[in-house]
Parts: sequence; C-alpha cells; structure tokens
Amino acid sequence: MPVSIDLPASKADHSVVIEVGGLPIEVKTEDPAFERLLRNRYGDYVKPVKGDFSLSVTVTDVKGIDPDADTEVWLEADEWKMQRGDFRARWNPAERQGQVWQSANPYSIDAVLRIVHTLMLAQQGGFLLHASSLVRNGKAFLFSGVSGAGKTTMARLAPPDTTLLTDEASYVRKLDGRYVAYGTPFAGELAQPGKDISAPVAALYLLDKAPENRIEKMESAAALQSLLRNILFFAQQPEMVRRVFEAACEFVDAVPVFQLSFYPDQRVWDLIR
Amino acid sequence: MADIYISQSAEIAARTVGDETVIISTLDSTVFMLNSVGTAIWSAADGATPLSKIVEERVCPEFEVSPEQALEDAQEFVEKLASHGILQISGAPVSHGASL
Repeated sequence: MPVSIDLPASKADHSVVIEVGGLPIEVKTEDPAFERLLRNRYGDYVKPVKGDFSLSVTVTDVKGIDPDADTEVWLEADEWKMQRGDFRARWNPAERQGQVWQSANPYSIDAVLRIVHTLMLAQQGGFLLHASSLVRNGKAFLFSGVSGAGKTTMARLAPPDTTLLTDEASYVRKLDGRYVAYGTPFAGELAQPGKDISAPVAALYLLDKAPENRIEKMESAAALQSLLRNILFFAQQPEMVRRVFEAACEFVDAVPVFQLSFYPDQRVWDLIR
Repeated sequence: MADIYISQSAEIAARTVGDETVIISTLDSTVFMLNSVGTAIWSAADGATPLSKIVEERVCPEFEVSPEQALEDAQEFVEKLASHGILQISGAPVSHGASL
C-alpha cells in the first residue's frame, strides 16, 4: 500500500510551460537551475503561452521510498497520488494542478508528465500508446508492439519524406470524432524528441520481425486485445480502466489496425502509405 | 456432480466482436480474449442458468463435442476465469452481478 504524501508546499517562482498534445502544463519551480534544465530538455515543447494546467516542483531529496520502487498511481480523495523511487507527486484534476517532489533530474518530471497526460487523455477518449509514430503525406502512422518488436527500428528506417512524432510513446487524442497523433518530447532508444506537429491517424500497425514483409488487416477483437496491451496504464483504478477500455474500443472502430511482419530494411516503408 | 452457476464479475469491462470477446479486469488491467466457445459460455453467464444447461444449449449444438467432454472443459474454463476474478461461481442461482 503506498504511503501517504505529506510534504511541504513549493514556493515556486520560476516557470516553464510545456505543451504536449495541445495541453499546456505550466511547471513551476523555485530552482532556477531546474528551470534551465526543463527549457533545455523540452526544447520546442516549451511555449510562450499560459498554462491551462500547472505542476509545482519542489527540488528536494525524496526520502522514504525504495529508490528502485516501480511507479504507483492511486486515487485518494479525488486526487491522484503517484510515486516512484525518485519522486512523489499529487494531481488534482478538478483544480487542474498538482505538486511534485523530486531531486534535480529530468527523468522524474518526465515520468510525472507522462502520467498526468494519461490521466487527462483518459477523460477525453485518448491515450498514450507504447508505439513509435511518424507522419507521411499528412497522415500519422503508429507502430506498436512489445519491446524488441521494431518500434524504434521503424523510426530508424523511415524515409526522408516522413517526420518523427515519437519513437517511444505515441500521443493519441480524439478530436471531433477523429483520432489525431501528436509529437512528443518523450524519447526512447533514439534519444530524439519528436517534432511538435500533429496529424490524423491513418493506421496502427502491430509489429513483429520476420524474414519477409507481410501486412494483414486485423480483426477487431484481436486488434483491441493488442491495443490494450500496449496502452500505457499507470493508474490501476476501475473507472480509469473502464475509460481506457472504451477509448480503445472506439479507436479500433475508427482506425484500421494491421499486423505488420517486417524484415528490417527500408523496403518495409513501401507498404506504409 | 452438483450444478454450478456462473455470473460475470462487476470488476470487468468487456466487448464482444463477432464470436470473440475481449475482457479487461478493472482491478489489474489484465486482458483476456475468449474464443467462440468461451464467448458462448460468457454471454450466458447470468448467474441463474446452470453451467450444465449453458453447455447443453449453447455449446453442444454449435460445436462438435460430447456433452460430458464439453461440461468438463467448461468447468475448467470457468474456474480459470474465476481465478482471475472476472467470473463468479456459485453453488446456487444468484441474481445477475450480485456478489457471492
């Protein structure tokens, strides 16, 4: 059972607005060095706009948590609590604000941002997907699968007429009944942030490597099962799980899902149009 | 053997597409996919119909299997689902969705 979070309030007077997926979060801190760290790390995702949401970060030594502890997210009195070995945080969805206690590193706030975005997306029929995504001819293509299936490989093999949105965590929103993928700063093996653009989702590909390229449209049930296994779930809370399940059902109704078995060379991209 | 009654847990979300069903546990996000036989049993899990009758009416006419073998397989199947908390088993009829 997670311990309760009871830490001093932040006296933040430096801030950076980090906008991912069109959702601007103002990250406030009292530490100017941490503000610079955020500006450097989030680059094009730092926007000169007002944040619709805010996170106050207190840079401190986080004690009392196993440094190797996995991420835990739970709901307590209408407020999300989250912690990992390197941070504690709370997020109040009604007030659109939260607090983070972490050491001066970029990984903790990155994890908190991912979790907060998944919570916000779940309210809107969207999700973060363990997938790379790229834009080609104005359309977004998502490549998902288990570790080693080829998500980063597809990004590495992408031809020059594509734009990387992410090689790690695809950001999917439902807007006016259609699905849109956004670039994210959440990088994987490529260690390269995606371009801060968006495009309507044309297809989702479930990857596996094979001696030759083969593409096959998946039946809805199998597509739904595979999609659910790759959506980033942080909050094991029944209502949240139901929302994500509904979002996944609606996604497979609207977007074609393919099984893509591929030999890892550039020719696989001949199939992606 | 005494009849058993099965009902769908309230701690799940499910969707049947064609003759297959995808189920997720809302407690731990575990995902299950049922084939056509599993879906036939799952969709009849109303807590009021004995498993033997479900097998007799929903499984045996649709799938080439003896009633004895079908019931044995069905019992193994429902016990497996129950062990994951997505199905509840009772020795007596229960109202749909009620806790045991």
